[in-house]
Amino acid sequence: MNFPWLLIVLLTPLIGTVLLFVPKRFVPFSDQQIALYSSLITLLFVIVIALQFDISSSATTQFDIAFDWIPVFGITFHLGLTGISLVLVGLTAVLTPIVLLATEYEVQKKNKEFLMWILVTQASALAVFLARDLFLFYVVFEAMLIPIFFLVGRFGGPKKGAAALKFILFGLAGGLVMLAALIWLYFVAVNQLGRGTFSITALSNELKLDAWTERWLFLGFFFAFALKAPMIPGHTWLPDTAEQATPGTSTMLIGILDKVGTYGMLAILLPIFPNASIEFAPVIIGFAALGIIYGALIAIAQKNIKRTFAYISISHFGFIVMGIFSFTSIGMIGSVIYMVAHGLSTAGLFLTVGYLIRQKENSLISNFGGVTKAAPVMTGLFLIACLSSIALPGMAGFVAEFMVLTGTFQKYKIPAIIATLAIILAAIYMLWLYQRVFTGTETKESSNIIDLNRKQILALSPLVALTLLFGFYPAPIIKISESTIAYTMTLVGATDPQPMIKKAVNQ
Amino acid sequence: MIQTVLNTIPTPSFEYALLSPILVMFLAACLGVLVEAFLPNEKRRFAHLIIVFTAILFAFFAVVLQSGPNGRALVANGTVALDGPGWILQGTILLVAALSALLFAESKIDPLGDAFAARASTLPGGEEEKIATKLGWAQTEIWPLFSFAISGMLLFVTANDLLVLFVALEVMSLPLYLLAGLARRRRLLSQEAALKYFILGALASAILLFGSALTYAYTGSLEFGQISNGISSANNSPGLLTAAIALVAVGMLFKVGAVPFHQWVPDVYTGSPTPVTSFMAGAVKVAAFGGLLRVFYVAFGALVWDWRPLIWVVAGLTMVVGSVIALAQSDFKRMLAYSSVSNGGFILVGFSATSRPAIAAVLIYLIAYAFATVGAFALLTLIREQAGESSTLIRWKGLGKKSPVVAGLMSLFMLSFAGIPLTSGFTAKFGVFTAAISGGATALVLVGVIASAIAAVFYIRVIILMFFSEPIPEGPFVVVPSIFTTIAITASAVVTIILGLFPQVVIDLISSASVFLR
Repeated sequence: MNFPWLLIVLLTPLIGTVLLFVPKRFVPFSDQQIALYSSLITLLFVIVIALQFDISSSATTQFDIAFDWIPVFGITFHLGLTGISLVLVGLTAVLTPIVLLATEYEVQKKNKEFLMWILVTQASALAVFLARDLFLFYVVFEAMLIPIFFLVGRFGGPKKGAAALKFILFGLAGGLVMLAALIWLYFVAVNQLGRGTFSITALSNELKLDAWTERWLFLGFFFAFALKAPMIPGHTWLPDTAEQATPGTSTMLIGILDKVGTYGMLAILLPIFPNASIEFAPVIIGFAALGIIYGALIAIAQKNIKRTFAYISISHFGFIVMGIFSFTSIGMIGSVIYMVAHGLSTAGLFLTVGYLIRQKENSLISNFGGVTKAAPVMTGLFLIACLSSIALPGMAGFVAEFMVLTGTFQKYKIPAIIATLAIILAAIYMLWLYQRVFTGTETKESSNIIDLNRKQILALSPLVALTLLFGFYPAPIIKISESTIAYTMTLVGATDPQPMIKKAVNQ
Repeated sequence: MIQTVLNTIPTPSFEYALLSPILVMFLAACLGVLVEAFLPNEKRRFAHLIIVFTAILFAFFAVVLQSGPNGRALVANGTVALDGPGWILQGTILLVAALSALLFAESKIDPLGDAFAARASTLPGGEEEKIATKLGWAQTEIWPLFSFAISGMLLFVTANDLLVLFVALEVMSLPLYLLAGLARRRRLLSQEAALKYFILGALASAILLFGSALTYAYTGSLEFGQISNGISSANNSPGLLTAAIALVAVGMLFKVGAVPFHQWVPDVYTGSPTPVTSFMAGAVKVAAFGGLLRVFYVAFGALVWDWRPLIWVVAGLTMVVGSVIALAQSDFKRMLAYSSVSNGGFILVGFSATSRPAIAAVLIYLIAYAFATVGAFALLTLIREQAGESSTLIRWKGLGKKSPVVAGLMSLFMLSFAGIPLTSGFTAKFGVFTAAISGGATALVLVGVIASAIAAVFYIRVIILMFFSEPIPEGPFVVVPSIFTTIAITASAVVTIILGLFPQVVIDLISSASVFLR
């Protein structure tokens, strides 16, 4: 068995959670420190793993570690790392300490509880990205509703209870449908392979589903992922949740956990249900394009800053889904970069505006104006997140969006063209928001805003650094995810279209 | 002449050792009656506690020691079947009953005494009641009644003969009718509950008895194995048989509280003293489903194709109706009553698959549900107001602030009911859904999935009330219980978590024991 790196990564935040409740006599750190250190140690382990990750390896997964869990059903506790999961694990490991550093103010009263739920969220996100057993994946997929449910419900705005309920019900509804599909899939495996297994690798390599079974199962899983991602028309929980949740919660939820939806499409739907994926791709691309435009348009019309961000995310998730179902390497890799870029820009948007909103306890756009005068640093950081979000060249968001659109255009011209329109809309929703809140005449509300202090700037600076890094040099993400994407493509049986212009050398 | 007749009647064989769990509980009940007759008032409680807990302990060890492969046999002339499921059910009933007994014994919570009326014969709200309460009297008859009920349950789940089944049903139900009416607080509601339970229960018993008679008329036997043979060999007059099965089914489905025979559940659960409610929702549920399993799998197993559609309909209705009506409840006890109905529906989903995994799935569901429900009711007894338990949900606002431990544990049980992974409720639902899909009831599983989603709303609403709202002024307070209730709650929580995280242990135990003897 390999050295259990993945188990260690998974356990670190959980150990941090336990340490929070050890009496202070035995632990010489404050709660804040425990949480921060454990998330930094997690990050350290992830970096160690990333350095050992073999990008040229042809193996599906690396660092595998597996225990029997419920042998009767062939269920194992199997963790393994693919290129895509490494990218998302990395994103989780980077964002969590940033959230912990940047949201100290969220935790004044119920410090311990907030930190606990953030760490549990992190652990469940890591587990879901590392799970190589479909049952384990499902269990974590459902269980991770709980920490966010409490984060929203305990620390949110005035309508937090209703928002938390809506959030968890959407999550459960998706999860339960997935459960039915999961059990069905199990029996298909039992009948065909002669043994019950939930191993994602085994299911994707060995199973031959008949057309209708595959379609139904695909829809069962897709339903859950599309609600999570979220795609229209199952998106309505996101704005409500984001509006009520604190910025830290929103970052964990939209920046990390919602990626489980798109990750699931890429890592589970495509490999296990390749034929159905190809069949449904045009419809899904259509919905994605619709979501891109719809999200952007609604974002323009919002009065509340947090709701605007939620709709922007809905638009961006449309791009990610579109790239995945374009079945071109460039589009799919673009989606992976998009997930990272979106995580970074979401964190930037929510966390910077979080400082603003906290000071006024109000997130209406009309309340603010000319903030830049009182808080120039905040404005600057917001602008960078903003520009990455609208895919300005030089930012991570640009690379991602460009690749997704290029990939999609190769196979689906019209949806790609429609999606391109969103770039214009993006400029409207984002820059107009920026204009109204940060520039112009200073309103009474905005005059006494305090700018970020050094610690807060420190907390947010990694976001800026990474956004720019991946904007100019996205190669690390591409290299890491390349082989996994290529492998997924072969499983699906898709090939990249040939270039239309022959190379000059050959002529 | 007499000699020849006597020779034709076989000498009843009676395997005392194998039957000892039932006998021990029965003996404990009789001893309890003697205690009532001969011991002075103030010494009774202590004597009863000793007797009941010792008996449960003995019975449980008897179950554990004898439940191995050697202990599986048809005993008492084939009228009692001690097989894998039988032993598992007996063990479960004893454990759950032990937890309920701990709640029965609790007297620290209510300043006036335990959960039972000081004198059941006094007029509710009258002068005598006040005097009896003031003198600190206690209705210690609950203990022999309790023991009788347990011995009835132990027999009920192993009965292999319709007549024994009926007798066991009565031994188990009659004490319950009485116990339901003995609440210390809100006595009128409690007495009304007892009366309703009695009238409807008696009707159901009569229907079951009628069904048994018709079964006898058709097959010429009351023993399950021979009923099964009789059904297979006979080929005439299926109308009689259909009527017989339908009547037996109604009688049994009444006991499990399946829709449309669930009407008694909410009133009885709400009115009964909470320890008794926990006993009904926990142990009685296990016993009722145990009996149902055996009757339909063993006696009517040959006709599975005829009764299965009926069960499908009942299961679907039970899940949906139970969950939907529970949505509208404002009283916690009533909500849990409908939740109990709806959970019964999920068990029926597994039950309808009629396979070996189905038996295991039903047993696991019963264990998971019984412990979680006892835990939830036990926690309810701690949440109080001046007038008694505070079961109006809206008043629980902000309970998480006053007592994070009680509210946290309550959340655990609610999440388990909602079937969230890593709790026992998920293991249970996974089991029954798996069994049902393998039995070809995919559509029913989809109904179950929808019902689960509906049910999640009211479970999670409890958490939201407790944790996400500000406390109301003069809201309920949380009492610190004695060791009795503490043990009951801890045990329930531990089982709920263990069954969620490491279900393999229990699954192994049960899967190896899920074959009925016939």
